Amino acid sequence: MFSAIIALTVLATVSGLLLGYAAIRFKVQGDPLVDKIDAILPQTQCGQCTYPGCRPYATAIANGEADINQCPPGGEATIAALAELLGRDPKPLNAAHGAVKPKMVAVIDETRCIGCTLCIQACPVDAILGAAKHMHTVIAQECTGCELCIPPCPVDCIDMVPIKQTASTWKWPYPQDSGEWRVASSAQ
Amino acid sequence: MPNPSFSSAPMREASSVSKVMLQVIYALMPGIAAYVWFYGWGVVVNILFALVVALLSEAGMLALRQRPIKPFLYDGSAAVTAVLLALSLPPLAPWWMTLIGTAFAIIVAKQLYGGLGFNPFNPAMIGYVVLLISFPREMTTWLAPEVVSGHSLGFFDSARAIFSGQLPTGLHMDAITAATPLDALKTRLSMGHNATEVMHSSPIFGVLGGKGVEWINGLFLAGGLWLIYKRIISWHIPAAMVAAMSIMALVFYIANTGTHASPLFHLFSGATMLGAFFIATDPVTASTTPRGKLYYGAGIGIFTYIIRTWGGYPDAVAFAVLLMNMAAPMIDQYTQPRVFGHKD
Amino acid sequence: MNKLWRFPGGLHLPGHKDESTAVSVAAAQLPRFLVLPLQQHIGEPAKALVKVGDHILKGQMIAKASGYVSAPVHASSSGTVVEIGERPIPHPSGLHALCIVIETDGQDTWLPHHPVEDYRQLDPSALRNIIREAGIVGLGGAGFPTYIKLNRGADKVIDTLILNGAECEPYITCDDMLMRERPEEIIAGLFIMRHALQARACIIGIEDNKPHAIDALARVIHDLKVKDIRVAPIPTRYPAGGEKQLIKVLTGREVPSNGLPLHIGVVCQNVATATAVYRAITYGEPLISRYVTVSGPGIQQPRNLEVLLGTPIRELIEQCGGAPDDSGTFLMGGPMMGFPLHNLAAPVIKTTNCILAQPPAAPAQPVLPCIRCGVCAEACPVSLLPQQLYWHAAAKDFTKAQSYNLFDCIECGCCTSVCPSNIQLVDYYRFAKTEIAAQELEKRKADTARNRHEFRLQRLERDKAERAARHEQKKASLSDPATSAKNDAKPDVIQAAIERVQAKRAASDESSGSVPAQH
Repeated sequence: MFSAIIALTVLATVSGLLLGYAAIRFKVQGDPLVDKIDAILPQTQCGQCTYPGCRPYATAIANGEADINQCPPGGEATIAALAELLGRDPKPLNAAHGAVKPKMVAVIDETRCIGCTLCIQACPVDAILGAAKHMHTVIAQECTGCELCIPPCPVDCIDMVPIKQTASTWKWPYPQDSGEWRVASSAQ
Repeated sequence: MPNPSFSSAPMREASSVSKVMLQVIYALMPGIAAYVWFYGWGVVVNILFALVVALLSEAGMLALRQRPIKPFLYDGSAAVTAVLLALSLPPLAPWWMTLIGTAFAIIVAKQLYGGLGFNPFNPAMIGYVVLLISFPREMTTWLAPEVVSGHSLGFFDSARAIFSGQLPTGLHMDAITAATPLDALKTRLSMGHNATEVMHSSPIFGVLGGKGVEWINGLFLAGGLWLIYKRIISWHIPAAMVAAMSIMALVFYIANTGTHASPLFHLFSGATMLGAFFIATDPVTASTTPRGKLYYGAGIGIFTYIIRTWGGYPDAVAFAVLLMNMAAPMIDQYTQPRVFGHKD
Repeated sequence: MNKLWRFPGGLHLPGHKDESTAVSVAAAQLPRFLVLPLQQHIGEPAKALVKVGDHILKGQMIAKASGYVSAPVHASSSGTVVEIGERPIPHPSGLHALCIVIETDGQDTWLPHHPVEDYRQLDPSALRNIIREAGIVGLGGAGFPTYIKLNRGADKVIDTLILNGAECEPYITCDDMLMRERPEEIIAGLFIMRHALQARACIIGIEDNKPHAIDALARVIHDLKVKDIRVAPIPTRYPAGGEKQLIKVLTGREVPSNGLPLHIGVVCQNVATATAVYRAITYGEPLISRYVTVSGPGIQQPRNLEVLLGTPIRELIEQCGGAPDDSGTFLMGGPMMGFPLHNLAAPVIKTTNCILAQPPAAPAQPVLPCIRCGVCAEACPVSLLPQQLYWHAAAKDFTKAQSYNLFDCIECGCCTSVCPSNIQLVDYYRFAKTEIAAQELEKRKADTARNRHEFRLQRLERDKAERAARHEQKKASLSDPATSAKNDAKPDVIQAAIERVQAKRAASDESSGSVPAQH
């Protein structure tokens, strides 16, 4: 009886010391969490999550202030990746922040543009070119489709246009064959 | 509008899962014939009953899992499992053993893991091991070859014995049963007898292995070679298994001929050839890389010899196969072939 | 006999070549409309040089290369540009793309063109330039601009120039017929390419199921009494015509993964490309036509045609007695690597080697789960493990798929054709490859956006600091009344502009209502 207690105590102490040593010796100095979260976010900088950009949102998630389902441009994929990173359960997108939309790009109707520069100031990624009283244009390559330039435009000359799929951006669809018999059977 | 998922036309008379399975059954036929010749018709009754059980279990499970039944029932994989299991059972094994073994193999070992292609362990061997562990006495009660016992049982006599336990009048179970050669050798060796003497002491031993068993093994070997010739199976696993077992046996035989049987005895006894060409080669549960197949087959050969020689069971192909099933994913991971254009 | 090597895997396939080699090649009929896509090659699409209504001559450049990896497009006959717009193109997506549509005038009038007197007087870079301007791309199927492949770089030595006449895929015979009928042009083109590359030896690799082609080329080489050029018959085994496989068979060298043949001192060109190079240099003709095989069970008179680029595929099928309705399955390319055409109005382009008509409604084999039999791994010419790739691609675990060297897959279709479970393995790899490429693009775009956003934040910070400093300065001096007046006037200017535009927009909404897209 007495010897058993001693044996267990010694065992517990040794294991504890080993674990404690291992924790210090093999400590992983990873990237700070904020960077990892920020790397997953789509960098649209649209603010739909209620934070002024992707990095502030990442910081808020890291601090536990924001949930992982507030990013409509990222959609399911981003939520899944965040859930994986943070070891949480994925959840559906919070509809209060918007809905998932196809990828868009802003296009300025140059005949209507008055050159007020308000959109230039709104663009989070400096993707609009132009000077005061000269018409502006969007660098389509750089546009993230955040829509932040739409509200400030006094003449409503900016349209969001879905990015067109071309032969070079086309993706092979997921093959149908493996699913076929499953679908057929569930329909029985 | 063409189907977008259709990308290329089938250019060859494509082999299919069902054709593969059918050819495996054909290749088993000579061995089964020898089985009937030496042990009577019991094995055929067992095979037919196991087939019925296997197909019913498969259909029932597919229905429960809401999968289409027809393509999977026709793929023939359940039939092959049934035949292999029935061939592993004693020729007059009571019907409920066949029922339990086959049902367990199909329902638990195959369908509960996801059905065709997803089972990690060979279903027939799982069924066999379940029976061996649960009913060791029944599973080791083998018939003596008919040439030894002098009695022969026809199809209906065998069926009656299997389903009602009644032998034809005037015949007792003791009169027609005997230990298997592997079992007999092991028992006598443990009693301190000399291996060579043992083999000459009893009529159940033949020229190479056990009387009858050596013929059955030989014909399974022939069937297996035909499968390799037809490119249904690759040579890697059987060759590696036979080679590994021969080397193991040879080393110990040379070391001490008194306590160890010859390599030929091991090759032509028990389930060696059935295991090498028909059980170990089950693609679903085996290694798939060319180099991995060699390791996998060699592992089975080595484990079979070890368990036969020092383990508690007379034959060991089933255990060896299951052990290597476990190792197969790891073997595959470490034996990936060198990809074209890559350095080693 | 020169030594040959082996590549792993591969298949013996029924050739189906005799069907389309019985009759000699004839020119296809001049179509009423030629549809010329601006992208018929790997790389950037060409930029149109003509506008609707322009009258153009045969051989005239109608779209210029845009960027390094690009190729110009030339008019394949004379006529009038009637449309520049989105038209169906031969592509697995079935999408439309920008094309120049020419209504032919039936005159087939050539633009005056200028042959090169003696190509040996030209230096390699001048030769390459002519080849580039002629719009020549690899005609074997990939469509990579040829002039780039003929640039060996300053520090590389090409010891072997290989001409690929293997044509290993069943049914396709356009290279076979070209080698039978125009062996002199091929050899002449080979000489020009050898000069451009300053290569030493040349080998023409041909599968041994094409004895006529082998004889024809061997005779020309014999008559010319040239050294360092030989015809090498190679065993018929699919995919021996794959660039990496052919190089392995002929030289024993393996093109490194992610590398180019150039890195091991080899350049490989298709035989049809050699002819195109010959015509560009010797006659000054750009690439405006090619041999196309029209074959398959759905075609009554399978044969090869010399087709002007831009000819609608439907017209070829009609000329060979096929049933050109959209219900049957028509492939562009061979049965192993081809893809189904969604629309037969799509034109023949530079990479169209074969049009294959499938038998109507081939019975669909049921697809069963993978039984891990490993037959696919035995057939793979790259020694991949197709079933592992399949598991990971099907599970969308792309990192894992890449760790099994997904991008070394040449999509030859061997694994698919041997699979006893009828799994369309290659479709899974294509899915995974394009998905990974899209994800990487997405990632790059996100990184750019992040950098630009961070830069902007820094700039705003800096501006704020500068403004604060200026403000401090201004405070010191008195404010200028003129500037404040100007500031007050600013909102009025904007207001006036808003009103102006709103009025203009109301008017334009009534008339058209549409917004011109920028691109």
